[in-house]
Amino acid sequence: MLDFPRWKVVSIWLLLAALMALSIPSFFPSAQTKTWGWIPHPHVNLGLDLAGGSYLLLEADVNDLANSRIETMRDQIGAELKRATPRIDIGDISTRNGQLSFMLRDPTQVDAAREQLLKITGGGAGMTGQREWDIQVVDTSRFVLTPTKAGLDQAINQAMDDAREVVDKRINALGTTEPTIVRQGTSRIVVQVPGLQNPQALKDLLGKTAKLEFKMVDDTAPESSLTAQSQAPIGDQILPYTERGGFIAVKRVPVLTGENLVDARQGFQPETNAPIVNFTFDTTGGKRFARTTEQNVGKRFAIVVDNKVISAPSINTPIIGGSGYIEGNFTVESANELAISLRSGKLPIALKVIEEQTVGPELGADSIHAGILASVVAVVLVVVFMFMTYGRFGIYADLAVIINVFVILGVLAVLNATLTLPGIAGFVLTIGTAVDANVLINERIREERRRGRNVVQAVELGYKEASRTIFEANMTHAISGVIMFVLGSGPVKGFAVVLLIGIVTSVFTAVTFTRMLVALWIRKNRPSTMHI
Amino acid sequence: MRLLKIVPDNTNIDFVRLRGWAFAITMLLSIAAIGLVFARGVNLGVDFVGGLMIEEKFETPPSLDKVRSAVEKLNVGDVSLQSVGDGKSVTIRLPVQEGADEGATNAVVKKVEAALAQQFPGATFSRYSTVSGKVSGELIRNGLLAVALAILGIGLFAIFRFEWQFGVSTVVAIVHDLLMTMGFFALTRFEFDLNIIAAILTIIGYSINDKIVIDDRIRENMRRYRRMDMREIINLSVNETLPRTVMTSVTILLALLALLILGGHVLRGFTAAMILGIFVGTYSSIYVSSSLLITLGLRAEPKAETEVEAKPKRPTTPFQDVP
Repeated sequence: MLDFPRWKVVSIWLLLAALMALSIPSFFPSAQTKTWGWIPHPHVNLGLDLAGGSYLLLEADVNDLANSRIETMRDQIGAELKRATPRIDIGDISTRNGQLSFMLRDPTQVDAAREQLLKITGGGAGMTGQREWDIQVVDTSRFVLTPTKAGLDQAINQAMDDAREVVDKRINALGTTEPTIVRQGTSRIVVQVPGLQNPQALKDLLGKTAKLEFKMVDDTAPESSLTAQSQAPIGDQILPYTERGGFIAVKRVPVLTGENLVDARQGFQPETNAPIVNFTFDTTGGKRFARTTEQNVGKRFAIVVDNKVISAPSINTPIIGGSGYIEGNFTVESANELAISLRSGKLPIALKVIEEQTVGPELGADSIHAGILASVVAVVLVVVFMFMTYGRFGIYADLAVIINVFVILGVLAVLNATLTLPGIAGFVLTIGTAVDANVLINERIREERRRGRNVVQAVELGYKEASRTIFEANMTHAISGVIMFVLGSGPVKGFAVVLLIGIVTSVFTAVTFTRMLVALWIRKNRPSTMHI
Repeated sequence: MRLLKIVPDNTNIDFVRLRGWAFAITMLLSIAAIGLVFARGVNLGVDFVGGLMIEEKFETPPSLDKVRSAVEKLNVGDVSLQSVGDGKSVTIRLPVQEGADEGATNAVVKKVEAALAQQFPGATFSRYSTVSGKVSGELIRNGLLAVALAILGIGLFAIFRFEWQFGVSTVVAIVHDLLMTMGFFALTRFEFDLNIIAAILTIIGYSINDKIVIDDRIRENMRRYRRMDMREIINLSVNETLPRTVMTSVTILLALLALLILGGHVLRGFTAAMILGIFVGTYSSIYVSSSLLITLGLRAEPKAETEVEAKPKRPTTPFQDVP
């Protein structure tokens, strides 16, 4: 029990020294530690509540995706069946109830149509090989296409992966430092951006789908007479034109979309000096744009972003260079935002902020100072109190507590864990509970001494009997810690991490380490009496 | 140097004799806590009810009435204000905005900040959070699940390591601790947010810790003094572990007091809950879980202990030797 061979003593010291050393880099600014080269410099990450910054939970509109998938399929089927030989005519198309259904004009074409549909809806979905659409024929000539769950899940998954990429691009374009953008569950994305002064811009940026379309304006429908309820001429749609405060009729099929864009930058209109967005098409887009503008000189086209008309300029001369600009009622910021979102591509699925936590940098800094002060005072109070109560054994416990503080920091740094404000609370609490092990041991030694055992026996029994209790007590702590870690979100998780690390390290420092100190003391002095 | 001894040696308080009184007080307090929670309700934070919370820091402590009228003018729903920290900071709570898209919420944050900056020069925002109804529902569910799982897990652990009576008495004691904490929040109107769930789980952990230490001693004494009456064993065990109970409570309280006073206002509710938990947990270790062991009929005849089973079974008589 009290037998500590030299190798054991050395390895315990080495282990503790190594773990403590790992905490050192966290006391220096990370800019400085980056220059350390080969010396390892793990850092404790500060949570957003300490560093200041924004946490956003985005959720995708899955129904929206399901609907647009059906609509895309409708357009695709319409086009493909028309192109088939012999041509297959369909009618009575409906996209209600999450299904796509249509009627064949000629019922004898059922087999040909089915063959075409199988081709269009493609092979299996992902690895499972399940079909993405169920195809049914009812009443001999009506086809009903139902998206399968596997197909939809696959589509959502794909869209979410793409959405994450787009979000990533947009946030990086803002020039922020070390944002984290991760998917959560099936339809969510967590965005954490530390040290952002103005989260408003970030949210505006993420709230935009940024679907850019160029559509021809239908001037046969007079702009002034249109309302949201107006019946659109065939092949048209009515879109809000906010700048004019009215509505405008445009052709449903776009001439060009954002897919053909290679670049978009904020700039200034040369004459009026108003903020604009300059854009450049790729080769295909440039050619098509040139052709369209050539054919339509004198007419107007609408620049549509997320189904809102931004501007509808007249075509004075053909635009051949493959580039142009979007004018609108922009400020420099809003023009820049639009440029960023166009550059990063459109979001494949609309995202909505369902939770936001933003902490200003000032409050974060206050919290760190308060947290550090509270921790230091807590350590001092506990150390003094333990010394007053247990004398020499109190000093051993105190040494263990102080080492433990640095070891926890070191482990946090190595695990690349994030320290949050509740994490600091967990820290302070760990300081309090870590000495519980020593209290248990020391009280037991006192008891055994009172029962008349000699020093060595009392110490041995004290450690032996208390160890069982310490194990059980820490197990229960660990149970609640693990539950917090698994089920908790954000701050609770940060608290749980520190608590769990603290449980493991404190058992080692409070039991093994102090036992070694006591053993060395007994071996050296062979005390016949003790002061405890 | 004379060492400090908070609990004198050979303290012998007859805890078990006071059990009836304690039981009455416990019942009264529990009923009062339940009544308070139902009558006054708990001041749930935006984490759990959804909505918008803005914390604004002013140069000088502002008049809450002025802040209220400044915000109410914007017509953004029911405003509730609370002064926090040194009085210079004020939290402004607003309900989830109609329309429920982030644009509306964003606009409200902007409006409120602009209005306050105009009327109170130098006011800056410290933090804000918006939680939609959907997320708040999930957070409530996860919070309740976490607490339920913690109680269940720890109860099972206690049954597995000890006798079933320990498991039951421990769970009853935790429920008592929970009731007291909820009653405390209903009484003080401290905001009950996500962090408080962490505090509650920690209280549970701490409270159990305390009970395990006493239960462990009871089990040890049951083996040591087989003939002793259960009441005496419990009295003895509680008294023997009393120095430790008090010492540990004091050290943790010292650490928590440092946090309460110096740790900033964001953590205040959290720390207050834990400090209360220390008192409640210590009380319930002695008067709820240990006393309940007698009621549950725990006998000084361990049934499932291997070391006992290994020996030939002897009839239990009053003349049995102490092993």
